[in-house]
Amino acid sequence: MATYKLQINGKSLQVSADPDTPLLWVLRDHLGLLGTKYGCGISACGACTVHMDGQALRSCTLPVSAIGTSKIITIEGLSENGDHPVQLAWDEVDVPQCGYCQAGQIMTAAAFLKNNPKPTTEQIDSAMHGNICRCGAYHRIREAVKLASAKI
Amino acid sequence: MGFEWFSADAETNTIINASNLAEGSVNLNGYLSIAADNTITIFSPNPEVGQNIKTSFPTIIAEELDADWTKVKVVQAAFDNKRFERQVTGGSGATPASYKKLRKTGATARQMLVEAAAKQWNVPASECSTENGFVLHSSGKKLSYGELASEAAKLPVPQEVKLKDRKDFKLIGKKVRNVENKNIATGKPLFGLDFYREGMLFAMIQRPEAFGMKLKSVDSAAAKAMPGIIDVVSFKNNVAVVGKSTWQIMKARKALKVTYEKDKDLESSADHSRIFTELMAKSEATIRRKDGDADAAFASAAKVIKSEYECPFLPHNPMEPMNFFAHVKEDSVELVGPTQNPGSARNAVSKLLGIPDSKISLELTRMGGGFGRRLMDDYVLEAAELSSILKAPVKVIWSREDDMSGGYYRPAVRYHFEAALDASNNLIGYKLRGAGINSGNSTRENNFPAGAVDNLLIESVEHKSPISTAPWRAPITNFLAFAEQSFLDEVALAAGKDQVQFRLELLNKARTAPVGRVGYDVSRMEGVIKLAAEKANWGGKKDTAQGFSVYFSHASYVAIVAEASVKNNKPQINKIYAATDCGEVVSPMGARQQVIGGIVDGYGHAMFGKLSFKNGAPEQNNYNKYRLIRMREVPEVEAHFVDNGLDPTGLGEPSLPPTAGAVANAIFKATGKRIKNQPFIDEAPFKVKAI
Repeated sequence: MATYKLQINGKSLQVSADPDTPLLWVLRDHLGLLGTKYGCGISACGACTVHMDGQALRSCTLPVSAIGTSKIITIEGLSENGDHPVQLAWDEVDVPQCGYCQAGQIMTAAAFLKNNPKPTTEQIDSAMHGNICRCGAYHRIREAVKLASAKI
Repeated sequence: MGFEWFSADAETNTIINASNLAEGSVNLNGYLSIAADNTITIFSPNPEVGQNIKTSFPTIIAEELDADWTKVKVVQAAFDNKRFERQVTGGSGATPASYKKLRKTGATARQMLVEAAAKQWNVPASECSTENGFVLHSSGKKLSYGELASEAAKLPVPQEVKLKDRKDFKLIGKKVRNVENKNIATGKPLFGLDFYREGMLFAMIQRPEAFGMKLKSVDSAAAKAMPGIIDVVSFKNNVAVVGKSTWQIMKARKALKVTYEKDKDLESSADHSRIFTELMAKSEATIRRKDGDADAAFASAAKVIKSEYECPFLPHNPMEPMNFFAHVKEDSVELVGPTQNPGSARNAVSKLLGIPDSKISLELTRMGGGFGRRLMDDYVLEAAELSSILKAPVKVIWSREDDMSGGYYRPAVRYHFEAALDASNNLIGYKLRGAGINSGNSTRENNFPAGAVDNLLIESVEHKSPISTAPWRAPITNFLAFAEQSFLDEVALAAGKDQVQFRLELLNKARTAPVGRVGYDVSRMEGVIKLAAEKANWGGKKDTAQGFSVYFSHASYVAIVAEASVKNNKPQINKIYAATDCGEVVSPMGARQQVIGGIVDGYGHAMFGKLSFKNGAPEQNNYNKYRLIRMREVPEVEAHFVDNGLDPTGLGEPSLPPTAGAVANAIFKATGKRIKNQPFIDEAPFKVKAI
């Protein structure tokens, strides 16, 4: 067990955890931030995507000891009132089916659009390719990324 | 865009009960409660797995109630078989089974509110109408539902109520968004894995590594000594590592030293191939349907076509792995989690623990997918048994590897077809034998083309295996439809007929000279065939190879046209058209999701899905080895619906079965190569060098 001071969603939070504990489980079990999801544990599905210093990152394989002072943003901290353009687009396009993968999809899309606000369809498909949606909502995810892009 | 947008919200709490309702709320019946501030709470009884039931059920009630949808709060009800009916997610059956009851529920409450207003105004109820949460009188007086609810609740419940004419619908058939969108988009804890309870223990279970093995010995000393570990407990074939956090039990589990011994045959995929061949040669089989004299027809045939199709096992792979919370107390049990079949789960726990049903509560969380996997009770029983051993609240969590390798699967099946054509190329004989591994009846004997062929024999044979199987979205038909619709393509080709015309001819025969029982509605099937052909401009495109398929399942009809071309020497699917007849479309946005999602599911698994076995153990256990379809691989999809106002039929499954057949038929047209096995990427059209 070691103690870490993490910068999460604009707050400085202290946790005691084994150094190899992945950020995903620190968020969920230690901090009660349950929006970030467990899907595969091997960085292969994207359900656990968060932002680290503005870049999309899989939290299920990132040990808490490797975070240091990097700034982490989770789905809970993406916007204050749930009104990030990507979140609004997800509602307007009515993207979710079961919804389990969507926090990861939204975090991937938000980081991507920050770097590339006016992407082509091919660029969207490449950026979102690492996120699995088992319900097959891919068409609407793509449409929502485009809608968010138009509003950013 | 010119759409009508409506938006209601779901409560964010994972679990809500009557005590969470606004002060002064009045229950008008088991489904709804009206508060003084006009907020209407609608309880949605059925388990939500992504089929949009938590939006569409309340939509139906609110429609007949004439509620203000923006003031509706939706709450997931717990399992309660005294208050609700059929709290099951399976068989695409929820809306068909409950549509009328939900409408009547809304209409009854509306009628009571009208009567309460009429009484207050001292006017006949016939002079009153309702609109958007208010009762109106012809004189111009109006009262809100919130003002009337407590008086209305005192009135006798009317037995006969008038339902709306569909031309007056304001919510049904309109674009109503998912009530949970905002909660999902902001990461609210809605799912089973998100349920936490103070003092709850976490548990992961080491199960036998192969089907056919049983537990022999456990050395848990090293695991028990690891930080955060509370206990290691064995029961049945399970070794449970119990601790204070998920990561700690995941790590400690790796330190277990468990040995297993052979209990039953350890089957490999090569064994299944041999078993299929033996089953096909077997003289005895279960006859599922027999019309006329198939042998005589084949003896007199001018042409005989024979073909075999085969599919592998598939895991369900819901994104949220199996999990459940149980707290077994002295004389009661609390269960919380994701299940498609809470009634079955509660019964199973009752039987396991010897505690009566009435002492077991079961709260439903949202499910991160199910696809049939959560119809099974195994993971609920694990949680209950473990909690009863530990005498503590516990949540059992499956890893992805557990989920993919320790579960239940879509059965592997092989089909053998034969068709007999006479000299005029009429289909005079049809034979099908389905051979499946733990598949039960691997045929659907009353489905098309049964009823349209004079001489028909459908039979099934089964091999019992230690590998456990379960319903997988559109059970049996998820592969049978591909095989049947591909074979019909072969027969049409042999008969020199257009694939659409050939199917319409058969349907005409089923209408004018039906043979035995016709299990489908000929006109509705013709309807979707013609709609799909029209929308895709069937046969009218020059540079595109089109494939056709149509299927009737879960009481709905879906026809598909897939379009393929060859690029870099390899086939690619560019577009899929779907025409669906599911009767009244309650929620157009949800309906499009189900149809398009079902097509993506059917296409993705046909293209890539394969779980193989070696000595009883699955060879793929996570997404690095098991391929699920991703965004770049999804073709464009266009979904059309028949607007006929018939009572709604199923929609969670029906678009999946016909998809793969249309795709394979299009690939055949594009390449001249017939795909007979799944996954497609292992088949000849894709086994070519790219240019």
